[in-house]
Amino acid sequence: MPASAPSPFPHRDLTGIYGLQPHEIGFLLDEAEQWITLNRTTASKHDDRLAGLTLINAFFENSTRTLLSFEIAGKRLGADVVNMHAAQSSVKKGETLIDTAVTLNAMRADVIVIRHQSSGAVQLIADKVDCPVLNAGDGRHEHPTQALLDALTIRRRKGRIGGLVVAICGDVLHSRVARSNILALTALGAEVRVIAPPTLMPAAIERMGVIPFTNFDAGLDGADVVMMLRLQNERMAGAYLPSPREYHALYGLTPERLERAAPDALVMHPGPMNRGVEITSSVADHPTRSAITEQVEMGVAVRMACLDVLTRGRRGIEGWA
Amino acid sequence: MTTPLAIINAQIIDPVAGTVSDGGILIRDRFIAAVGTFDIPEGCETIDAKRAYVAPGLVDLGSFAIDMRAFSAGGITRAALMPDQSPPLDHAALVQRASAAGKPDVWIHPIAAATKGLLGTDLGEIGLMQAAGACAVATGREWIADSGVMYRLLSYARALDLVVISHAEDGGLTAEAVATDGEMATRLGLASAPAIAEAMAVARDLALAAQTGAHIHFRQITTAAAIDLIRAAKKAGTRVSCGISPAHFLLSDVAIGGFRTFARLSPPLRCEDDRKAAIAGIADGTIDLICSSHDPQGPEAKRLPYADAEAGMAGAETLLTLALVLVRDGAIDLPGMIAKLSTTPARLLGVPGGTLNVGDEADLIMFDPDLPWRIDSDKMAGSAGNTPFDGLPVQGKVLRTIKGGVPVG
Repeated sequence: MPASAPSPFPHRDLTGIYGLQPHEIGFLLDEAEQWITLNRTTASKHDDRLAGLTLINAFFENSTRTLLSFEIAGKRLGADVVNMHAAQSSVKKGETLIDTAVTLNAMRADVIVIRHQSSGAVQLIADKVDCPVLNAGDGRHEHPTQALLDALTIRRRKGRIGGLVVAICGDVLHSRVARSNILALTALGAEVRVIAPPTLMPAAIERMGVIPFTNFDAGLDGADVVMMLRLQNERMAGAYLPSPREYHALYGLTPERLERAAPDALVMHPGPMNRGVEITSSVADHPTRSAITEQVEMGVAVRMACLDVLTRGRRGIEGWA
Repeated sequence: MTTPLAIINAQIIDPVAGTVSDGGILIRDRFIAAVGTFDIPEGCETIDAKRAYVAPGLVDLGSFAIDMRAFSAGGITRAALMPDQSPPLDHAALVQRASAAGKPDVWIHPIAAATKGLLGTDLGEIGLMQAAGACAVATGREWIADSGVMYRLLSYARALDLVVISHAEDGGLTAEAVATDGEMATRLGLASAPAIAEAMAVARDLALAAQTGAHIHFRQITTAAAIDLIRAAKKAGTRVSCGISPAHFLLSDVAIGGFRTFARLSPPLRCEDDRKAAIAGIADGTIDLICSSHDPQGPEAKRLPYADAEAGMAGAETLLTLALVLVRDGAIDLPGMIAKLSTTPARLLGVPGGTLNVGDEADLIMFDPDLPWRIDSDKMAGSAGNTPFDGLPVQGKVLRTIKGGVPVG
C-alpha cells in the first residue's frame, strides 16, 4: 500500500460503533473471516503475530464470557494476556478511574480492553492512555465487539445485511448491546425494529433510525433476524415490569411467536440467557434457526480481528500509522 | 473620613428607571454621594471609566460556594448562599457564621435550610435562622417530596414573610437521572428523566403557594411547560418568581455529547425548544432574574464517568458576560439585564443593592459590553473552572468591582 493511501481502519481505539463508516465495519468483518478458519482447525490455533505485546483486560464489571473471549483471542494471537478484575483491584479501595488508567498506561500495555459499569468510562480511559483501547461494554452506552460479532453471524448465515429486517427485542433501555447493534445494522443497511415494553423503551429511540414497537407480535412480523436481549433479574421485581411470568407472556420468544417472523428467521441472543423468561429452550436450542452458539464462536474471531487491526501501527506494519 | 472617589466619563445604567445616561458617580464614605454630573471635590480620587458602563453590583440569588475571587471577577457584590453546605445551613449559628464569611469584599446572605439536614422531613428552625441573618429559606439541591412537609413549610414561611426557594424537579421521576429524556441521552446510554419532571414539581408548589399565600421562588426554571405554568400563575395573582442560569438559556443537551461532565448540571440541560422558551420567558418577564448557580467542582468531582460526576458549573465569573448575549440578541435591554442581575434579586431577598440612589451603599461594577475574550477553564479566577463554556469566544467583561466604595479583586 502506498504511504499516502488512507488506512482501511483509521482509528486508534474501538470505543464504539458510533463514528465508524460502513466500509470500516465491513473491513473488520472481512478481517474476522480468516480467524474463523484458524479457530476451526483441530491442530494448533496459534498465529503469534501479537507475540511480545501485552494485552490487559481491565474488567471493572463482572463478566465471564466476554472476558474469556478476549482472553482466548489474545492468546491465539500470541499476546501476553493479563486480566484485571475490579473485585481484586485498588478500585475497591477508592482509586479513581483516571488513576487506574494512568497506572495501566505506566505498565506499558500495548492494548487495553475495558469493561465498566458507567456509560462513557471507556472513552475517559482512552483519553488518558497511549495505547489502543477496546470497549468491552460501558454502562448502557456501547458494546462494539458484540455488534460486530452479531453482524458477522448474520452476514454468514444470510449472505448479506443490507435489506434485512432485524428485530431487537427486550430491555432496550438498559442495553449497550442494543445501542451498538442499532448503529452497526442501520449503517450496514438493515431495517431495524426495536421491541420493548414501554418502561424499557428509551426516549426518542426512533431518532437512531429504528422503528419502535411495544407489541411483540406486530414487531416480529416478517422479521429476518430476531435478536433477543437479556433481561436483568433486578428489573423484573416490579419497578420496570410486574413479574417474570408476565414478561414471558408478553415478550418471551416462543415457537408460536417465532412463526410470525420470516420462515427462515434467525434467532440470536448475546447471552447469558434467562431460559423460560425472554426465550424458551426449544427456540434457543433450535438446530437450524438458532445462531446463539455461533455468535459465541464469531466473538472470538471478531476480537482477534480487532486486536490485530488496532495493533498494526505498533507492530510497524506498513500503511498503519 | 476616607478620600472620596469619583467615577467619571461613564455610561450609567439605572435599572430602576430603565435608563442609560452619561455621567459619573461620586462615592463618599462607602456610600453614593452624587450621580450624574457633580463637582469633583478637592483631593478626590478619580477613575476615568472611558465610556464604559457603570451599574449596580450584581446580586446573585443562589451560589453553592463562597468563592470570593470568582464573585469579584464576575462583578457580584452580594451573593445569596445556598444552604447546601457541609454541614447544611440548618442552624442559626451556621447562618450567622456564613453571613460574615465574605466581608468586606462580598456580602454573603445565607439562605436557611428549609428542613433539618435538608432531608425534606422536619422543618428547620427558620425563625431563629431568620433572626440570625437568613434572607430566605430553600429546599436545597432537591425538592421536598412530601407535599405535607412542603405545605407546612410554606405556611410557616408565610407568617415569617420569608421567600421559599424551591428546586423544581419531581424526585420520583428524576431519581437516577443524569440527563433529560431525548436523543442525546439515549445515544449516550445515560439514565434520563422526562422534562415534565420540572412542570410536575412547579404545578404542585404553585398550588401550595396559592393555598398558603406564601411567596415561592423557583431558583431555576428551564422548560417550556414550567414557564407556561408560572406565566399563568402570575396572571392569577400567585406570589411566584423564578430564575435561570445562563447555561440553560444558551445551551441544549447537545452540549453533553462526548460525555462532557462540565455540562452535567442540575437541572440537566434540556432540548432546543425548551431553551428557546426560556429566552422568551426572560423577554416577557415570566423569568424574573438570572443567577449564576455557581457550583465550583474540582477535577476529583468532574474527571469521572458522566453519571458518577457531580452536577454543577462554575458560573459566577461568566454571569454578566453570558447574560449580555440576551442584550445582543434583543431579548432584553441593558437596564433590563442589570435589573435581572441585581435589582430584582435584591428586592426578592430584602437586601440592599440593585439601585443607584444617593445614600445607597456604593456597590458598583464597571464593564465593557464588547470586550472580546475567550472563556478558559484553566484560567478562571475562582476555585474551579468547571464551565461548559470552556473555549468559547465571548464578548463583554467586568472591568472593576467596587464594594462599599472600595475596588476589590
